[in-house]
Amino acid sequence: MLDTGKPLVEMTDISISFGGIHAVDRASIDLHSGEVVGLLGHNGAGKSTLIKILSGAYKRDEGEIRINGEPATINNPRDAKAYGIETIYQQLAVADNVDAAANLFLGREMVTSLGTLDDAAMESKAREVMGRLNPNFRRFKEPVKALSGGQRQSVAIARAILFNARILIMDEPTAALGPQETAQVGELIKQLKSEGIGIFLISHDIHDVFDLADRVVVMKNGQVVGQAKTSDVTKDEVLGMIIMGKVPAGAQPGPGAIAD
Amino acid sequence: MAEPRAMTSTTHSSQTVQNPLQRFLIATEIDTRLLGMIGALAIIWIGFNFFSGGLFLTPRNLWNLSVQTASVAVMVTGMVLVIVTRNIDLSVGSILGVVGMVMGVMQTQILPSQFGLGLGHPLIWVLSLATGLAVGVGIGGLQGAIIAYLRVPAFIVTLGGYLVWRGAAWWVTAGRTVAPMDSTFQLMGGGPDGSIGALWSWVIAGVACAAIVIGLYFGRRQRQRFNFPQRPVWAEISLAVIGCGATIAAVWVANAYPWPVRIAERFAEANGIAVPEGGLFISHGIAIPVLIAVGVGVVMTFLATRTRFGRYVYAMGGNPEAAELAGINTRWVTVKIFMLMGALCAIAAAISTARLNAATNALGTLDELYVIAAAVIGGTSLAGGVGSIAGALLGALVMQSLQSGMVLMGIDSPLQSIVVGMVLVFAVWLDTLYRRNKH
Repeated sequence: MLDTGKPLVEMTDISISFGGIHAVDRASIDLHSGEVVGLLGHNGAGKSTLIKILSGAYKRDEGEIRINGEPATINNPRDAKAYGIETIYQQLAVADNVDAAANLFLGREMVTSLGTLDDAAMESKAREVMGRLNPNFRRFKEPVKALSGGQRQSVAIARAILFNARILIMDEPTAALGPQETAQVGELIKQLKSEGIGIFLISHDIHDVFDLADRVVVMKNGQVVGQAKTSDVTKDEVLGMIIMGKVPAGAQPGPGAIAD
Repeated sequence: MAEPRAMTSTTHSSQTVQNPLQRFLIATEIDTRLLGMIGALAIIWIGFNFFSGGLFLTPRNLWNLSVQTASVAVMVTGMVLVIVTRNIDLSVGSILGVVGMVMGVMQTQILPSQFGLGLGHPLIWVLSLATGLAVGVGIGGLQGAIIAYLRVPAFIVTLGGYLVWRGAAWWVTAGRTVAPMDSTFQLMGGGPDGSIGALWSWVIAGVACAAIVIGLYFGRRQRQRFNFPQRPVWAEISLAVIGCGATIAAVWVANAYPWPVRIAERFAEANGIAVPEGGLFISHGIAIPVLIAVGVGVVMTFLATRTRFGRYVYAMGGNPEAAELAGINTRWVTVKIFMLMGALCAIAAAISTARLNAATNALGTLDELYVIAAAVIGGTSLAGGVGSIAGALLGALVMQSLQSGMVLMGIDSPLQSIVVGMVLVFAVWLDTLYRRNKH
C-alpha cells in the first residue's frame, strides 16, 4: 500500500510570488517512497516553480516542507542534496564545456589521498553508470557540448542516480529524447521506483507521464486543481483538469478547482 | 568486427587514422591549437631574426625576452581563470602599482627604521613580500566579494578598482619614487646576480625532465589500472623526448648567455680568480623571475586541472546555472579567483619593482591590457568556459616577442602599438575561424 507510513515529502500551503505575481499560490503536494507522482499543468501553471522550491533553486515565501515527517530547511541546492533530493532539469543543466564524468561528479568530485581530482576513478564509475543507462554511450573524453540531446539527458539522469537519491525530481525528463531513449528512461523510472525512490515527474504532456505515474497532481494558474490515482481516472478526465480545471468524480479537488 | 564494443573501449582512437601527421597528433593527444601558437611564435621569432640581421635569436636577446615576459606571464595565469568564469579584471595593473609601492615602502622605510631591522636585514625581503601578498589578496578579495555577493558586474568593479588602486599607489608616498630595493629582494628581478648560474640551471633541467617522464608514467599506469584506452608507447616516448628536449634547449640557451665582461672581471677580482685570455665566461643560467613565472605556471596548471577548485571554475564558465544547481558555492569560488588574481599581481609587482630597483607611480600602467590580450591570444574565450594556462603563457610570450622584436628593429613606439593592436584582433579572428572549423 502506498498510503501507509509517513510521506517521504510533504509540501504544505507553499506560496511564492515574483514581482506581485503569485507563481505558486498555497499549493500542497506529497510523495511516498516508491511512488511516482506526475505533476501536470500548462506551461506557466507553476509546476516547475513549485518543484524548484523543493530542489532549493527558489526560496518559498510561505508554507512548510517536511521530509520523512520532519520539518526541512531548504535554502539552496546544497541543502536539498543533503536531504537526498536530486533534480534533473528541463533545460538540461549540464556544463557544456567539460566531459561527461566531470558533469556526473560536479560538486561531489572523487579525490585521491592527496586531495587532487581522481579523474580515472571518476571516468571508471561514469562508464559503469552510463553503461547501465545508455550502453551505446562512448564519448567520455569529449565536452558535453559535442553530444546529442539524448546523450546529454542520459548524462543528467546518470548524475542524479549516481548519488543514491531518495527523492528524484524530473522536469520534462524526456522532452529532448527520441522514442528509444524515452523508453529507456521509462524502464529506468520503474527500476528506481522498485528501489524505493520517490519520483516527481513534471510535464505539460499527459502522455509522457500517465503510464508511468501512480498518481497525478494537476496545477493551473499557480494552484492545485486536484489530484487522483491514475487507476481511478482516464487520460481525458485528467486532460479536462489541465485545460479547464474541472475535477472528475474519481479525483480529489484542490483549492484551484472550479465550482460546477 | 565481431565485437565492436570491446574494440572501441580498449583501442586508442589513433589506430583508425592513416595519415601519419594526423595519427601522430591524435596518438600524442597534443592540443592542435597550442601547436598552432607555437608555430606562430616560431614564425615571429624567425621573421624578426631575419629582419634584424640575426639579432633576435641570440642567447642574450632570448634571455632578456624571458625576463621581460615574467611579470605579465605571472598575472596572465590568473586572468585565464577570471575570464573563464565570464568575468574580467581591469585593475591588475593598478593593483601591481599599489602593491609595488607598499612593498617598496616596507623595505626602505617601515621595516628598516620603524621596526628597527636596519637596512640589509635578511628578513626584510620575506616580510615585504608577505605584506605585498597580503595586500594583493585583500584587494582581490574585496573586489571579488563585491562582484560575487553584491552582484556588481566585474567590468565595473575592476574599472573602479583601476582608478582606485592607481590613486592609492600615489597616496602611499604622495607620488615619490621609492628606491633602492633591498639587495635580496632585487634578486627577484633578474640580472647577473638574480640568475641561478649554469650548474643549478642544469639541476633544474634534470628535475624537470624527471618530472615529465614520471608524470607520463603515472598517467599511463592510472589508465592501465582502469583498463582505459592508452596512447601507443611510441607516442609516450615522443612526448617525453619533445618535453625533455625543449627543457634542455631552453636551459642551454640561458647558459649560453655570459655575464657582461666588466661584471665578470669584478667578480674575478673579488674572488681572486685569474681571468683567462679572451675573458671569463660565467653563465647567467635561468633568471629567478623566469623561474618564478614557470613555477607559477606549473602551480596554476595544477590548480586548474587537478583540483576541485579548477573543475568548478571551468564548470561555472560553461554553465553558471548548472554549477549553482550542482551545489557549487559559486560566489565563494568567484571570491577565491579574485583573491588568487590579487596574489599573482603581488608576485608580478615584486618582479617588476625588483627588476626596476624602484617602486614608481607608473609601475604596471597598461599591464591590464597586455595581460588580457595575452590571455585572449592564448585562446581564452571571453564567452567563458574555455582557456588554458599554457596557452596564456604562450600568448604572453607572443606579445613580448612582438614588442622586443620591434624594438630590436628600431620601429617607432607609436607604430609598435599599432602593430600589437592589429595582431590582437587578427589572432582572435584566426581563433574564431579555428573554432568554427572544429565543430
